Amino acid sequence: MGRTLAEKVWDDHVVRRAEGEPDLLFIDLHLLHEVTSPQAFDGLRKSGRGVRRLDLTIATEDHNTPTLDIDKPIADPVSRAQLETLRKNCADFGVRLHPLGDVEQGVVHVVGPQLGLTQPGTTVVCGDSHTSTHGAFGALAFGIGTSQVEHVLATQTLPMARPKTMAITVDGELPEGVTAKDLILAIIARIGTGGGQGYVLEYRGSAIEKLSMEARMTICNMSIEAGARAGMIAPDETTFEYLKGRPHAPEGADWDAAVAYWKTLKTDDDAEFDAEVVIDAAELSPFVTWGTNPGQGAPLSASVPDPASYEDASERLAAEKALEYMGLEAGQPLRSVKVDTVFVGSCTNGRIEDLRAAAGILKDRKVADGVRMLVVPGSARVGLQAVSEGLDVVFKEAGAEWRHAGCSMCLGMNPDQLAPGERSASTSNRNFEGRQGKGGRTHLVSPQVAAATAVLGHLASPADLSDAATRTPAGV
Amino acid sequence: MEAFTTHTGRAVPLRRSNVDTDQIIPAHWLKKVTRDGFEDGLFEAWRKDPEFVLNRPERQGATVLVAGPDFGTGSSREHAVWALQNYGFKTVISSRFADIFRGNSLKNGLLTVVLEQKIVDALWELTERDPQAEITVDLVAREVRAEGVTAPFELDENSRWRLLNGLDDISITLQNEDDIAAYEAKRPSFKPRTLPV
Repeated sequence: MGRTLAEKVWDDHVVRRAEGEPDLLFIDLHLLHEVTSPQAFDGLRKSGRGVRRLDLTIATEDHNTPTLDIDKPIADPVSRAQLETLRKNCADFGVRLHPLGDVEQGVVHVVGPQLGLTQPGTTVVCGDSHTSTHGAFGALAFGIGTSQVEHVLATQTLPMARPKTMAITVDGELPEGVTAKDLILAIIARIGTGGGQGYVLEYRGSAIEKLSMEARMTICNMSIEAGARAGMIAPDETTFEYLKGRPHAPEGADWDAAVAYWKTLKTDDDAEFDAEVVIDAAELSPFVTWGTNPGQGAPLSASVPDPASYEDASERLAAEKALEYMGLEAGQPLRSVKVDTVFVGSCTNGRIEDLRAAAGILKDRKVADGVRMLVVPGSARVGLQAVSEGLDVVFKEAGAEWRHAGCSMCLGMNPDQLAPGERSASTSNRNFEGRQGKGGRTHLVSPQVAAATAVLGHLASPADLSDAATRTPAGV
Repeated sequence: MEAFTTHTGRAVPLRRSNVDTDQIIPAHWLKKVTRDGFEDGLFEAWRKDPEFVLNRPERQGATVLVAGPDFGTGSSREHAVWALQNYGFKTVISSRFADIFRGNSLKNGLLTVVLEQKIVDALWELTERDPQAEITVDLVAREVRAEGVTAPFELDENSRWRLLNGLDDISITLQNEDDIAAYEAKRPSFKPRTLPV
């Protein structure tokens, strides 16, 4: 019988297989950041161990970093201490680090791909659940905990139980104005936050094949929100074209050998998945969340659901609690929900294509009165690219704040937070209670919906923007 | 890692599903660089409510958390496990755990036990009716016992062996260092490197 993409990559990394034990997998790339690594380095010190493969390890600073005044000392002493700890650990152990202010600094899941380090058929790990992002290249990429970070630092391997595989086939064409973010939000609403548990998801089908690398990363990024171990997309010409010429992409004969290998990384026709979900792209529309987990979402054209409509008692209770926390009424049209803040950024939607999409909508328009809009590039390089295209000017002229790169308001570890009761439309990945700041209320949206929402002040899609009402006449 | 064989203690019934890691330990606690001192951050937002189950006087000193399905969803932060342990929990029972959280818990000796929802319901009813009721989680017999409840649970033999013996994963892996070196020697030259060779 044939094998799935995930099984092929898995098999190619088995260092040791023994009956009754998890497989020992070799790790090709280990990404580090300041939050989940300090206790791991401490563990190495205590046991007198070093980093086995410095040449497969790279660190950056993202979770705590401020997005304003990055040339000044970091105001929060605890954040500063954590960043200093990473710097010391990297210096002591010899790990390559891209610190705040460095041109390669940024959200770890934006940095790996843009450097060309994330490649098809590799195993990638990071102490961050959104490591699933890298699966967009046909890599097997897992989020891991700190004990596993220490394990990979010491051994460059991980003992792991072989996951099951699930095909998520998306056929047809995405309608105009419907994005990868809408698609993944709809998938999570369909299979639930636990629906992918124990599986590696493989996104496939004609709608997936047409997506850009950026869009594929958005989809794989949120695999974890469906509870999956990882998400993958088979590499193809789009992947190869994205990688060619990047700083760490193979060159010359190595490139040819790599591409030859990468072309074998697709699910065999006679392979069987453990589960399958089929989605018709043509049926999708802009999608937003109304609740406090990423599975609590609905088309923007819908209304806030009535908890009484849920048959399952625990889902009903969860919906009741979510509406109470979110300050929403059952039956309220989602388009009527007013927001205070719009956040464009994160490892989900902080890449150049996302910024272009948001800027395209904001051009010659204004952010609504009383709405604060933050635009945070996913990496310093994405920021530079945006500036070279004049996108920063578009954002600033619209009244949005243009910031430096980092995780920022996705999780509010830095000063970019919602105040209690504040409501955001956010291109990030989690709408958990308090995720963006204590008492903050989050609606997950695409960059396009975020920008349209910023202009109108309530949840909206670009189709809701009538030119006459929202465009500033030229020259004004 | 501390070994886990069997544990008996009073319980905290947490009737919530999808308890995500941001609820277990909010992000601002993640700035700490140690593995301890997270107890005050555990369920920090919910604990502001004096009626929250963890705040009830009869729940003080409880060591078994009985939670709704999909416990530990969200981020990979191992701090969630440390916070539960720092607070005093030895074991968590739920009908379903998020994968990364489960992996983290078993690596730290916090036993996460998967039971059918109807047994979780029975444990909720028992411990709500009688806060003094004790639950025994027996890893040797792979069984949960409480008044009126005897429920076997599954845990793969390898994880169980590591937990029963409190074994350090890294030392086990390094016993196979030859296999790692042999694999490394075979890796193709086109694989990416973060540093010049």
